[in-house]
Amino acid sequence: MEITLKNLTKVFQSKKEEETVAVDNLDITIPSGQLTGLLGPSGCGKSTTLYMISGLLRPTEGKILFGNEDVTPVPPEDRGIGLVFQNYALYPHMTVRQNIMFPLENVKMDKQESLEKAQEIADLVGIGHLMNRKPKQLSGGQQQRVAIARALVKSPRVLLLDEPLSNLDARLRLQTREEIKRIQRETGITTIFVTHDQEEAMSISDEIVVMREGVTQQVGRPQEVYDKPTNLFVAKFLGTPPINIFEGRVEKGNLLIGDTKIAKYDAEDQEVSIGIRPEGFKLVEKSSFHSEVEFVETIGRDTTLIIKHPNDESQTFRAIVDADFGVEPGDSVKFTVKPHKMHVFNSETGEIV
Amino acid sequence: MLEDQSNVKAWLYLLPALILLSIFIFYPILNAIFLVFVEDYNYQTGHYVGFTLTQNFRYVVGDFNFRRAMLNTMLITFVSVPVSVIIALLISVWLNAIKKLQGFFQTVFFLPYVTNAIAIGMAFAFLFNRSYGLINWFLGIFGVSPINWVGMGASWGNAMFSLLVYVTWLGLAFKIMVFLSGLQGIDKQYYDAARVDSASRGRVFRRITVPLLSPMIMYITVTSFIGAFKAYTEVIGMFGERLGPPGDDRALITVVALVYRALDRSGVPGALSEAAAAALILFAVTLVFTYINMQVSKKRVHY
Repeated sequence: MEITLKNLTKVFQSKKEEETVAVDNLDITIPSGQLTGLLGPSGCGKSTTLYMISGLLRPTEGKILFGNEDVTPVPPEDRGIGLVFQNYALYPHMTVRQNIMFPLENVKMDKQESLEKAQEIADLVGIGHLMNRKPKQLSGGQQQRVAIARALVKSPRVLLLDEPLSNLDARLRLQTREEIKRIQRETGITTIFVTHDQEEAMSISDEIVVMREGVTQQVGRPQEVYDKPTNLFVAKFLGTPPINIFEGRVEKGNLLIGDTKIAKYDAEDQEVSIGIRPEGFKLVEKSSFHSEVEFVETIGRDTTLIIKHPNDESQTFRAIVDADFGVEPGDSVKFTVKPHKMHVFNSETGEIV
Repeated sequence: MLEDQSNVKAWLYLLPALILLSIFIFYPILNAIFLVFVEDYNYQTGHYVGFTLTQNFRYVVGDFNFRRAMLNTMLITFVSVPVSVIIALLISVWLNAIKKLQGFFQTVFFLPYVTNAIAIGMAFAFLFNRSYGLINWFLGIFGVSPINWVGMGASWGNAMFSLLVYVTWLGLAFKIMVFLSGLQGIDKQYYDAARVDSASRGRVFRRITVPLLSPMIMYITVTSFIGAFKAYTEVIGMFGERLGPPGDDRALITVVALVYRALDRSGVPGALSEAAAAALILFAVTLVFTYINMQVSKKRVHY
């Protein structure tokens, strides 16, 4: 089920008549049968978008299409969606089985049939042996699977997940995100999930939508967005450790930080922000780009150099390099920049140059 | 050493309460039990003839007034409590659902709680007045000829019906307040989830609201049962000390009223023992029903 959002806008009005534009003219198409991540910092309107797709929130303006069908006026109960809430909203007084069967009860499915259906879905998400427990007796990860099972059991057209992993601890999060990916693949259901964690979005999404203050920043496959950010915000938001930003300029086809020439760059003369991914530095024997190493961090397989900014001693940047280089704090290192790991943005607009 | 010290302190803090409880609660309870088992106890002299196991009970159970008091009390309890719990539940769900004027209606429904029960009783007696009461006026619109609810010669059934309406209404305020605070404590996400799951309003009420509110419903039911077993003020409020419509004294007597009336005859040897026996029987009934309530709650209440 392809989902199209057309000029979708949501304005919240406070009691004092103050207006907050949570979602501003959103125009995106969410591909059918894929896992799409709505990504952005908190307050960017991603959850609002999700709840508008679910029908629990009404858009102020714009349209929502499921396939060719305009569902904007359709109430949530008739949209055929499954929704997993951030804190799961499992009915605490019902067993796992009753929770999963609740949506089927409402469509008046035959008891025996719905029992079988519930068991089937529970087995799919790996909680088939916990059917008689109450939600309180389950771990966070198990509760979440119950919530997913409850959303899936009525075979919805679309599965929506609101910050599905935010209530889980780090280890469980890794495991669960793979699980979500597997369930999505096995069911082939169009799935949209909301997250503020770029790593999470990158790791499981087929497609990500990066949002900021209610406005779409970029849509694309995760690696594509990471490799080719269209603006400074997207470049900064994706990647751990984050991208290094240097203030510099383009002058006569050269890219300069202070007076240091970094690379050739074919663009008009202007002030720019130069983003270089930590993995985008290469240590070399000879280069005009050099600076002093302040710390060396070795975590597992990565060696991260924390290097003083060439023109400003008070700032540092990070470079991830091969562990083989025997670099000590205080050494001066020379390096070049891998062109595809460097992104140049106009200082004022933040747009890619 | 240290532990001993803190223990003494704890007892000291408890002492004022313990002394008061002993004088006004524990001693009277023990004394009531004592009274039940003595014969011809004289309140003024403190004399009694001897001990008996069942005589006072047998007398009370054989007493016409006790039997009708028991019947009235049971009727008040088993009609007014369930009816007012259900009405309060519906009103609070409705109150919780409206946005405009919610505060206003909350106040309106809570007003009876801060109003004197006797005053409300008098107002209700007026409402049910045969000649100029609102109830008869309203029924008159539909061509019903005036009914004698609470006046001279009113039937026991009519008088009881009026009393039940009043008792039910009186109990609403507190119940609504408790239910409303309970409803406001229920996470809205459950309702969103139920909506997405296409649950109808009736099903949401039965399968989500009621179970999630069940601790409150249980609490209210148990305390209301206990309260209703002790009904007394309500009858006084509506019918005064006659405890019934004019001409039919004591028609609506309750067990507690019967116990109090024994004080009027305290000069008669054995009168207090009979009252004590009635009180103990009521206590036993209350205990049994509270126990049943608790047993039911184990299965039906979700904490």
